[in-house]
Amino acid sequence: MTSAVAETPPAPTGEDAPSSLGASPGALLWQRLRRKRLAMISMVVVAIIYGSGIFAPVVAPYSYSEQNLERTLEGPSADHWLGTDRLGRDMLSRAIFSARTTLILTVAVVLSGSVVLGVGLGLLSGYKGGWIDGAIMRVGDVFGSVPGLPMLILINATTRPRVDELAVWVEEHTPLSNELSTTGGASYFTVAVALSLFAWVGMARIIRSQVLQLRERDFVLAAQATGATGAGVISRHLLPNIAFLIILSVSAGLGAIAGSEIVLTWFGVGVQPPAASFGQMIFEGSGARTFQAHPHLLVVPAVFVTSLMFAFNLLGDALNDAMRGR
Amino acid sequence: MAVYIIRRLLWLPFILLIVSFATFAIARFGPGDPVAVAAGQFRDPEVLEQVRAERGLDGSILEQYARWLSDALRGDFGESFLQQGFTVSELIFPKMWISAQMGLLALVIVFALGIPLGLVAARLSGTWIDPFIISSLLFLRAVPVIVLIPPLLWLFATQLDLLPVGGWDGLFEIWWIGGVIAIPIPDPHLYLPVLAMSIGGFGGVARLVRITALEVQQEDYIRTARAKGLSESVVAMQHVLPNSLLPLVTVIGFALASIIEGAFFVEVLLGIPGIGRFTFEAVVSRDYDVILAMTVITSAVFVLMNLIIEISYTFIDPRIRLGESVRT
Repeated sequence: MTSAVAETPPAPTGEDAPSSLGASPGALLWQRLRRKRLAMISMVVVAIIYGSGIFAPVVAPYSYSEQNLERTLEGPSADHWLGTDRLGRDMLSRAIFSARTTLILTVAVVLSGSVVLGVGLGLLSGYKGGWIDGAIMRVGDVFGSVPGLPMLILINATTRPRVDELAVWVEEHTPLSNELSTTGGASYFTVAVALSLFAWVGMARIIRSQVLQLRERDFVLAAQATGATGAGVISRHLLPNIAFLIILSVSAGLGAIAGSEIVLTWFGVGVQPPAASFGQMIFEGSGARTFQAHPHLLVVPAVFVTSLMFAFNLLGDALNDAMRGR
Repeated sequence: MAVYIIRRLLWLPFILLIVSFATFAIARFGPGDPVAVAAGQFRDPEVLEQVRAERGLDGSILEQYARWLSDALRGDFGESFLQQGFTVSELIFPKMWISAQMGLLALVIVFALGIPLGLVAARLSGTWIDPFIISSLLFLRAVPVIVLIPPLLWLFATQLDLLPVGGWDGLFEIWWIGGVIAIPIPDPHLYLPVLAMSIGGFGGVARLVRITALEVQQEDYIRTARAKGLSESVVAMQHVLPNSLLPLVTVIGFALASIIEGAFFVEVLLGIPGIGRFTFEAVVSRDYDVILAMTVITSAVFVLMNLIIEISYTFIDPRIRLGESVRT
């Protein structure tokens, strides 16, 4: 978004206005956002949690699956800063690797579901119109109208055994030995696909309605008149103008996606052990008796999840304000 | 507009058809055999075949689906596997009623508390209280329901012994004073689930009320009202308030959706015999007919609700014309 954007009205020449006049919508948004302290703090929180997820193998003091059955259910200590769980696994390391799970799944779902499917179908629908538009929007209606959570649980519960079979097949026919089937890695795939199926509808609708407005604008008509191809118009003129909308909806959706993964795993149909996930940590700590006897089992994942969600909420709020010109 | 509504309503059966077939196919795609489960230890192949035929589980998927569909069209959603001897309709509707009561209560509380909080925040805009209120509500929204319930249970049920651990006993409990005067009070079983379901909803409502109230205060008609000498309280009550509440209709749908989702966990965790827990049990034990009926009924409710909300926009803001933004 560094280049001049086609939407920019011919700026009064000779005046190098530092104001918002020549800036793209995205740059404008960023300008306003940078002045909000809470938004910046939230970004740092997200960056820390996601960053620790990226560098989990380096940052975490222990492995996520390393058990020490002589030291189970301990409270915080010098060896284990946040204590240990029922199997003597280090809570801090589990939390860091859970952040990695959240990171992998949110990024995968945002990329495949929101960006590729959502933006792609939204652009196609809005720009082409006609029966293509009708077909895409009707499919969206179907996905938008089914109850999401029970459906996700159903899909994950019924397809997982097949995906596991597939994982074993892949391992037998590729150099991978047992990275997929024994680490719970295949379950990431199931969860990501299932969440993506439902993640694109909202994005596609937003993009479509924006494109419907943009495609009647003079600069788009001018581009078409001078012989620009459909792909050219979309990539040069439409995409830059909806980039900020994409960012906005993605940031609004991140929290929801992270939350859905946690919920699915909590129900036992999400990410499978031994892979670490906040949903599973919360599940292990959420019995009423367990909470009374070993509160850290619930408090540790709860603090991580709540901080992440809170940061996403504040960020979404600030972005919303910035969008409305504040 | 009438054409638009009719077109949307005509589309509804197709959506339900697609949704039900997709659910049907997904449910059958999974491993395991519900007939074998239902048969228990009696594994006589002949009996199994007989049960299969009785349940409409023989033949290809398309045949099974066609059979299900023709029954469903006549209002017969089949029989539950889990609770044998009961038809799905018999089981679903009483449970829906329980969940609906709880959900509506939560919805009312979300709006009853969210609106004043949003107005207060807008009124105190510029002071520290405004961001404080909004941030606290956003914080409450950040706590997942599954995290919230164990500490609440521990505090109110175990430590303080004020509330029951779970269950459901109707909306009201009657307190008898001297065996003569009956005072209905909200049943104690309600507090925890309704609290857990509504706590995340305040943020959305309050934030929207705040933003619109701030925008309304900038409007010309508010300046006019002030200019003609109306007192500040009259301006606030008669001009700002009604106009700030209009956009709230747009979030009823979202609020309801989040409450329904929250109800799912609340019912499972607190042992409330509502539709959320029932669906969960049905999914876990692959009670096909229940799952199918649930998805189809909820989809229909979702689609109709969205349509009603869209129509209500046009009454609230006559500038909106349904279906006209869609040019092809």
